[in-house]
Amino acid sequence: MTDKLLQISKLDIALPEGSERDLAVEDLNIELSPGETLCIVGESGSGKSLTARALMGLLPAPHVRVKKGTITFCGEDLTQAAEPRMRQIRGSEISMIFQEPMTALNPVMTIGGQIDEVFRYHAEMSQSERRKRAIELLEDVQLPDPKQIMAAYPHELSGGQRQRAMIAMALALEPKILIADEPTTALDVTTQAQILKLISEMQAVHKSGVLFITHDFGVVADIADRVVVMQYGRVVETGTVDKVLNKPKHPYTKALIASVPSLIPRAPRPRSEQIVLSGDKIQKTFGGGKSFFGLGKPNRFVHAVKDVTLDLRSGETLGVVGESGSGKSTLARCIIRLLDSDSGNIMLDNIDIRALNRAEMRPFRTKIQMVFQDPFASLNPRIKVGQIISQGPIIQGESRQNAEARARELLEIVGLDERAFNRYPHEFSGGQRQRIGIARALALDPEILVADEPVSALDVSIQAQILELLDEIRESMNLSMLFITHDLRVAAQVCDRLAVMRYGEIVETGATGEIFKSPQHSYTRDLLAAVPGQKWDRKIAG
Amino acid sequence: MSDFWKRFSRNRQAVLGLIILCVVIFVAAIANFIFPTDPFLYSKFPLSAPGENGFLLGSDSIGRDVASGIAHGAKTSLLIGLIATLAAVFIGVIFGAFAGYYGGIVDDILMRITEVFQTIPSFVFAILLVAIMKPSIESVVIAITVVSWPAVARLVRGEFLGLKNREFVQACHTLGMSDVRIMLAEILPNCLSPIIVIGSLMVATAILIESGLAFLGLGDPNVMSWGFIISDGRSMLRVAWWICTFPGIAILITVLAINLVGEGLNDALNPRLRERN
Repeated sequence: MTDKLLQISKLDIALPEGSERDLAVEDLNIELSPGETLCIVGESGSGKSLTARALMGLLPAPHVRVKKGTITFCGEDLTQAAEPRMRQIRGSEISMIFQEPMTALNPVMTIGGQIDEVFRYHAEMSQSERRKRAIELLEDVQLPDPKQIMAAYPHELSGGQRQRAMIAMALALEPKILIADEPTTALDVTTQAQILKLISEMQAVHKSGVLFITHDFGVVADIADRVVVMQYGRVVETGTVDKVLNKPKHPYTKALIASVPSLIPRAPRPRSEQIVLSGDKIQKTFGGGKSFFGLGKPNRFVHAVKDVTLDLRSGETLGVVGESGSGKSTLARCIIRLLDSDSGNIMLDNIDIRALNRAEMRPFRTKIQMVFQDPFASLNPRIKVGQIISQGPIIQGESRQNAEARARELLEIVGLDERAFNRYPHEFSGGQRQRIGIARALALDPEILVADEPVSALDVSIQAQILELLDEIRESMNLSMLFITHDLRVAAQVCDRLAVMRYGEIVETGATGEIFKSPQHSYTRDLLAAVPGQKWDRKIAG
Repeated sequence: MSDFWKRFSRNRQAVLGLIILCVVIFVAAIANFIFPTDPFLYSKFPLSAPGENGFLLGSDSIGRDVASGIAHGAKTSLLIGLIATLAAVFIGVIFGAFAGYYGGIVDDILMRITEVFQTIPSFVFAILLVAIMKPSIESVVIAITVVSWPAVARLVRGEFLGLKNREFVQACHTLGMSDVRIMLAEILPNCLSPIIVIGSLMVATAILIESGLAFLGLGDPNVMSWGFIISDGRSMLRVAWWICTFPGIAILITVLAINLVGEGLNDALNPRLRERN
């Protein structure tokens, strides 16, 4: 018992009355030793984040509270600790890194000021000592030019830098436990790899216990010593990382692991040479304009898409991969004419649709359709599902009766009950909503489907189902797909060819298998190297 | 709908407000039955105290029945409040929707126009308008509308700005939907709740402005209203307190009731806001 840093036993966390279930977390037992990394894995709603909050005494009371059980930290039960004692513990003995560093940092305080605050509340140090220590910390987390960072505000740093600053703050007082709640989910894959490396280096130096909460099995494979798998607030499986990932026992764990897309590209399919859509030297810039009356600063100028040339062949899935800010979504929106590109050609059926005005574009809308990223934002909450799906054909001149009959058929095709027709979007889960979004796009019988990160907002098991659905309909309706994604695992499983984008340019194109086997561009190599969980993949493969 | 009612009725004050409001509306509706005579009709008993000579709430300097005036005035106040608010919401929604949806130069022009109206203190502006147009019930309604719509325009613009980039709106573009239809059928229903809330509170403000105008003698001289009675009785406040007091209480209670209902609507239509409290 004494060698355990933390011992949670029989913990129940109650949710407010009228919630989906009574207990957010039920009968939870977890142990953490010094120097150990324990990963809590689970899908959304599994109670993993609330567990972390309970440890910090940060549950949104009085609605959500610890009902019974103990959280023993170095011999002290935190569930019984008074608020002043909890304040002492937070930050100095247990500290936390959050998912979104932008919202976790105070936007009107410099980074230096925020680190300084930690010392002021918890340690007796002179001002110059505190400053020296803060600079050391920023050096430790490998931030360039720590003195300048000290004076910077959060918005002046990139996402990765902000997360480093958060880690510096969390480690300021050398806590015994570091809780990381999805610390890399909001970051790009290359930055994620660096942050994960940093966390494990810091852990090696400070010998702290790390409680790492994530939904990503790749990350688990890379950093965990032990794994706890949670489902609906219950632990379904615990064990060493090797045991859980390679020899899972519980059916839920097995299913979860099976739905993680493999990094080994799927077998190439025979492909057609017929080009259905081609983009030539597409350019798109934002900003650069002046404000009203020409007063004030001119807006920032961003070259979002630079000279992009690509072909989409009949029946294939072309993946556009890249990190955030690479211009991949802007490219998709230019192609589907949600945004007007500045120059170039977009040829569809031998017509340059880039040059068409809105009325001329209308008939082409039936040929090219889009599936959006966020299943919660992409359906109008005030309109019934049946109408959402049937309004496209009605606009295009189809009779209401036919359109509605088709909508009912489509609901079935995307795997929903016909009764969904008369219900509102909020009655459906994320995965179901994404199915509705797909049905809406299919209602116009398009030839080309542009899918903008269609699965990135979904849990891994749902993600697998949606990818499977997209594959099925592509096959049965002979669709060509432009698939935008940041996730190379998804790209490996879905795409026939890949176009890798960076800073608005396509740096490399080629068949998926070839790009994964022998990437030509250095950036593609970096991207591939940064995907978490590669060793684990190889182990499974052979 | 039943869900909405459940959330609304959880707020006791709002339910109380609704009950009071219903009573006021009821009184206004039956004014012609309980006081069938013209409220301007004077009697031989000026300055009767409440209860004397058959005047429930007393009579004024030339013997007009205060109770009858309040009942008939309720109709005027509510009607003016309602019509002026509807007109203001209509104009405000059009301005706000176009400004928010199209942005850029359209937004600049429409919002600069709105700001011109906002910079003039609204009550002074209303007085000016009624004085120019000569006092009548139409001019009062117009004046209240003109000073009230900018608030709606700004609110609707903000909502449209936030909603127009949502993915469901983009999805409508990819379906080839026309702008007008996107604005009316897709975006507008999503900002109805704040519009209803601001509208309900504007009815209260409109009643106050109308009373204020009538008090200054800028009401329609041929229509009985609460402000008119107060204006008439203010010089006799020390001799006949009841002339000013009862219509004053009527204004107070009605405005309070409408505000309570507005708050209740706000809570019921924005459930997330309520949970935070």
